[in-house]
Amino acid sequence: MVATIQVDNLEIVGRRGRGAELPIVRNVSFSVARGEMLALIGESGSGKTTVALSLLGHIRSGCRISGGTIRVAGYEVTALTAQERRSMRGRVISYVAQNAGSAFNPALAIMRQVVEPALVHHILPRRDLEARAIALFRALALPEPETIGERYPGELSGGQLQRLMAAMALMTDPEVVVFDEPTTALDVTTQIEVLAAFKSVLAERGVTGVYVTHDLSVVAQIADHAIVLKDGAVREAGTVSKILFQPQDLYSQALLAAAEPCSRQSEGVEAPEQQSVLDVRDLVVGYGRSTSAGLPEKVIVNHVSFSVPKGGMLGVIGESGCGKSTLARAISGLQPWSAGELLLNGVALSGNVTDRAPEQRRRLQLVAQNADSVLNPSKTIGNTLERAVRFYSGLRGEAAARRVSELLEMVQLSPALATRLPSELSGGQKQRINFARALAADPQIVLCDEITAALDTVVAAAILDLMKELQRDLGLAFIFITHDLHALQSICERVAVLYAGQVVEVGPAAALGEGFHHPYTRLLHDSVPLMEPGWLEETRLRRLAETMPATLPNPSSADAGLCCFLTRCPDRVAGLCDRIAPPVRSVVHGPRVLCHLPASIRPEFSS
Amino acid sequence: MIALLGKLRGKHDRAVLLIVFWLFLALLGPLCSSQDPGAIGSQPVFSSPSITHLLGTDYLGRDTFARLLNGIRHTVILCFASTLIACSVGTFLGIAAVTVRPWLEAVTGRLADGFLSIPSLLFALLVIAVFGTSTVALIITMGIIYAPGAYRTSRALAQRIVRLDFVTVARARGESTAYIVLQEILPNMAGPMIADVGLRFIYSVLLLSNLSFLGIGVQPPEVDLGSMVRENMLGMVYGSPAMIVPVAVIAVLTVGINLALDSSRGKG
Repeated sequence: MVATIQVDNLEIVGRRGRGAELPIVRNVSFSVARGEMLALIGESGSGKTTVALSLLGHIRSGCRISGGTIRVAGYEVTALTAQERRSMRGRVISYVAQNAGSAFNPALAIMRQVVEPALVHHILPRRDLEARAIALFRALALPEPETIGERYPGELSGGQLQRLMAAMALMTDPEVVVFDEPTTALDVTTQIEVLAAFKSVLAERGVTGVYVTHDLSVVAQIADHAIVLKDGAVREAGTVSKILFQPQDLYSQALLAAAEPCSRQSEGVEAPEQQSVLDVRDLVVGYGRSTSAGLPEKVIVNHVSFSVPKGGMLGVIGESGCGKSTLARAISGLQPWSAGELLLNGVALSGNVTDRAPEQRRRLQLVAQNADSVLNPSKTIGNTLERAVRFYSGLRGEAAARRVSELLEMVQLSPALATRLPSELSGGQKQRINFARALAADPQIVLCDEITAALDTVVAAAILDLMKELQRDLGLAFIFITHDLHALQSICERVAVLYAGQVVEVGPAAALGEGFHHPYTRLLHDSVPLMEPGWLEETRLRRLAETMPATLPNPSSADAGLCCFLTRCPDRVAGLCDRIAPPVRSVVHGPRVLCHLPASIRPEFSS
Repeated sequence: MIALLGKLRGKHDRAVLLIVFWLFLALLGPLCSSQDPGAIGSQPVFSSPSITHLLGTDYLGRDTFARLLNGIRHTVILCFASTLIACSVGTFLGIAAVTVRPWLEAVTGRLADGFLSIPSLLFALLVIAVFGTSTVALIITMGIIYAPGAYRTSRALAQRIVRLDFVTVARARGESTAYIVLQEILPNMAGPMIADVGLRFIYSVLLLSNLSFLGIGVQPPEVDLGSMVRENMLGMVYGSPAMIVPVAVIAVLTVGINLALDSSRGKG
């Protein structure tokens, strides 16, 4: 049988500015049979997106194909004229981009955009296309398939937009669809829905797919074959089970090792002191005018309480929009709160950073999220660090320079980096500098806001190792805000689960997979993909088996103090959950949970 | 001169050199000619270039070269001064709007919108009708006219930068607003702001030339490039340098400064 996609000895070169041409893709060959899914795996800069886009005949400006052939569904892509390429794209092969949020035009209704590629190729009249689109919406398990097309991108969630984009790609009944990290920007609970929808639609239509990703557990769910790319060359190719379970190549093994959920908890080390360094008590943060009750119009962080012991590590986990970053801003004094208090070593902190004593500011440090924007691009690394050193310790000249070298060594970087500009560093290096700057203050507690989110798996693993080392060597306490449950479990002792601005559960991180938990914690835990083929189907089946109780009459009464997870909860009890606010329940050595259920189901829990 | 330009390594240096060249010409240029720019000689009007009159004579038989050097002085100094005022006021307010208090942004923003909605020539006519024309009045008027544009540019740039994480970190550290503005924000908006300065300079040269052409800009016996063009309009029929050269100088000055500043942006 002739393969649908056949790539032979593909070579792509590119140049930066007026420099010499450098190879970006080197001698890449692969083939995909009809109806199969191939995964391209690699870290950023490995050339995986470049290869995927070359299938559509698209090469970024400044680059060109310097050798090899690409054959897609009978078309010789490299030999096509511009016009032939246009007629092929969108009809024979289509593309689903990473960030659906920015791929849709916010000013046009969804339906107009979804039918557009098919209209361009004059496949069917508009009315028939709209009918086909609605069928696709249904197949992709989108809510209200009849009317969702009339809505605008801003009214829909990221997961829904990603599925709509897949619908757009499938409108023309293409033979090949290229997916470029379509679920990377999504929460795990959404990702599972999107993956399941993709998989069933593709199988139903016999579409051949290429799936670009760095997430190996996603590969296990969706692909049949996989290719590991590094620096533009194929390191290993084979079936998914071979690559995931018997990797031959050293680099594939390293990738797998980094993705493996491993514990960095040091065994047998004395438990962290019970005295807490930071206490958050009943914190309420929000935006807008305050109402008569003294609460803000839009509450983002809702009566949150937790504490971080000296030298301890607390993980805060939750999906996007749950108030994680607002909480971080409030703790660092950048967003005033409306109620509650924050204690550092037992002393109340002001909600405004300028009102805090210098000593208090020194002890509590923020490490911000985005490695690309966290360093001032016009200052050298040395200048950035020196400023922090001088600000906190008053050291100058020679002494300050020595301290900068010390800090760089502390985060395992060469002191020679001090003369570089941020643009000359990699993402991982920037994040280490980010840490070094916080360490310049000699802090007691460091607040890390999604610091590994934008990093490759291998690099992120190294950052987590660094955090654990700093905790051990300097006795630092951490608050680690993340949406990555694996990362959290590997380094944190305790975890706080945030949903819709409320802490629905606080407990030991090690016990997350077992015992009783809040329904949301369970959902979160079950949604993290495992590196087992078939996990997706199993989980989906289990979810479907958990029959959702009948829709509650008025589920949107969050302001009445009812459970915030009410509308999504599979275990809700009519007449209880929709009428009375959930109590806080706790178990000895176990989590503290904000839920009704334990009392009714398990007698061993006490309120 | 060209050899010297070639030796300069960065485009940045070339831009600085060009600005220095024009300022130099403005300050010392009038010394280069022995002729009196105001003297009405016995020469015929609109005469061709000769040894005594390098660029010929104008409509009153005055030396064009001497008048040109004088005109450059007025145009360059007036426009540099007004651009400086416009851009410093605009940048200062633009950054203050995004760093100080939300109400300041609302107030300055609406004010700037108001000023921008008035046609600049009309506004200048109004101010001059009320206060009369003088060098200081012209500089301040043009400064006010172009400050809102600079304000909008700098506010847009600063708005993007203050949201970046390194500014957040500096705030969390407890740095003063002055430090954040001078060290964290300004260096990162310098490139586009410099290009903006070039644009404002062109606008002010053109506005001043327009005003002088209408006869309400620089007043006789002083002269600037715009008023030279107006005076010698008749010379166009004779192809007189008295009319053509000031036009060419306006073009070279504005395009040159803008190209130089534009190409130097992004280089810190």
